[in-house]
Amino acid sequence: MKRFLLAAAFFAVLVLLWEAAYRTKFWSPVLLPSPRQVVTYLEGVAADGTLFKATVITMRRLLVGYLIGLVMGLPLGLLTARWKLFHDTIGTLALGLQTLPSVCWVPLALLWFGQTEAAMLFVVVMGTLWSVVIATETGVRNVPPIYRRAALTMGSKRLHMWFKVILPAALPFIVSGMKQGWAFAWRSLMAAEIFVTILSGFGLGQLLHYGRELSAMEQVIGIMIVIIVIGLLADKIFFSPVERFLHRRWGTSQA
Amino acid sequence: MRRAVRRSSATEELEVIPPSKLAIDNVSKNFQSASGPVLALDRVSLNVAEGEFVCLVGASGCGKTTLLNIIAGLEKPDSGRVLADGKPVTGPGRERLVMFQEPALFPWLDVFGNVLFGLKLKPNLTNKDRCDVAKYYLELVGLSRFEHANIHELSGGMKQRVSLARALAPNPRVLLMDEPFAALDALTREQLYGDIQEIWKTRRKTIVFVTHNVREAACLGDRVLLFSPHPGRVQEEFTVELPRPRDINSVDLATHATRITKALKSLGQAEAIAAK
Repeated sequence: MKRFLLAAAFFAVLVLLWEAAYRTKFWSPVLLPSPRQVVTYLEGVAADGTLFKATVITMRRLLVGYLIGLVMGLPLGLLTARWKLFHDTIGTLALGLQTLPSVCWVPLALLWFGQTEAAMLFVVVMGTLWSVVIATETGVRNVPPIYRRAALTMGSKRLHMWFKVILPAALPFIVSGMKQGWAFAWRSLMAAEIFVTILSGFGLGQLLHYGRELSAMEQVIGIMIVIIVIGLLADKIFFSPVERFLHRRWGTSQA
Repeated sequence: MRRAVRRSSATEELEVIPPSKLAIDNVSKNFQSASGPVLALDRVSLNVAEGEFVCLVGASGCGKTTLLNIIAGLEKPDSGRVLADGKPVTGPGRERLVMFQEPALFPWLDVFGNVLFGLKLKPNLTNKDRCDVAKYYLELVGLSRFEHANIHELSGGMKQRVSLARALAPNPRVLLMDEPFAALDALTREQLYGDIQEIWKTRRKTIVFVTHNVREAACLGDRVLLFSPHPGRVQEEFTVELPRPRDINSVDLATHATRITKALKSLGQAEAIAAK
């Protein structure tokens, strides 16, 4: 409770500083709206359903792309961990492509797919896939050989070995890879939504983009806050419980 | 007609089954090291009787762990073979379970899950039977209260007890132990010496126990085999005829241990001279 109050106080101070900066009129109000203006904007888009619709559209794109990235990335990671051939080929490719900032996929996606959902999906998948591949491979390679040997003597082999020993043993790595993949997917999707203007649905990124076009700073800041809050919530709802479980089981220190 | 497969019950599963006899026949094994091939085992032959407790003693690097791995089927010999009850060992199997030096317990499972792991790989058992069997062995090693503990919450001694329960649970005929108590403190070790003798008596296993602790070997083994390094060979054999349960601190035991230590030392000296 004390921690919660402290954190709340911290954010209250941030908002106060912002309000104070607005009141000095040092910056033009067009560039720096007041917290109240931003809240009013958010209330407006929340009331007319724009915000909800945009969030749903964005989350749908994110989840679909992320899941495709996971479903492709996990097996690819296992393959690269298991066979040298895959490690030298797909592993190297993954390492290279992972260093590529995902926004760099946008021009290519636009030329290949045009202003379509497919273009955005492609960018999100590319953002997720490679870090999941690499995390899975690292995880599997870091499984202490003794677990394998112990399981072998107890009669575990092939699929049983993979699903009951190697994957669970690699879980801490895989989860942190999934988390990283999620962060990359989120970033790539925002990049894609800002650049790809399509009529199949306005996401948060597009709202942000039009905030800029209209020089509506309260919209830009308001949507940025929404994006931040969604990122935080995803972390608290999806990843924190899993990480807590891992910390408890493995006895690793809890951050 | 799918019911035709006979399910064995937990009571049957807990029956004391006859231990195996092992025959190690002319086993050699080379390793590639940076400075060329090293002969880890040189035509090692030995027999272990049903239900015998045999200790392999020697300096580190003398190939005793390699031999244990070969008996387990985790490594293949370059030549020679291992027979368990007359049948050649071709790979690892739950007839011969290993207890490793570092506890190889799975951190993603709790204590109970670890003991259950090998049982789940045994066909023809109901899940209830498996749970009953796992409970029995946790009781046997005195850890019933810690069923749902996470592995990292256990002390070193408790971890090795869980390892022991996990190795015993699938009811193997042979137990292979690779310096299982080396990392434990003296007090915990002494307790475990008592426990392992008791369990060996009630569960009737053939045990091959690797250690570099001569006293430990004299305390536990019916026979103590002295390994010489470079190349690994069985140098000498000692029979320990003391009543059980044996106390590691008893004078009789010390006498035996001294005899073995002497032999071990002269071996070391011989090697030092040979090296010169």
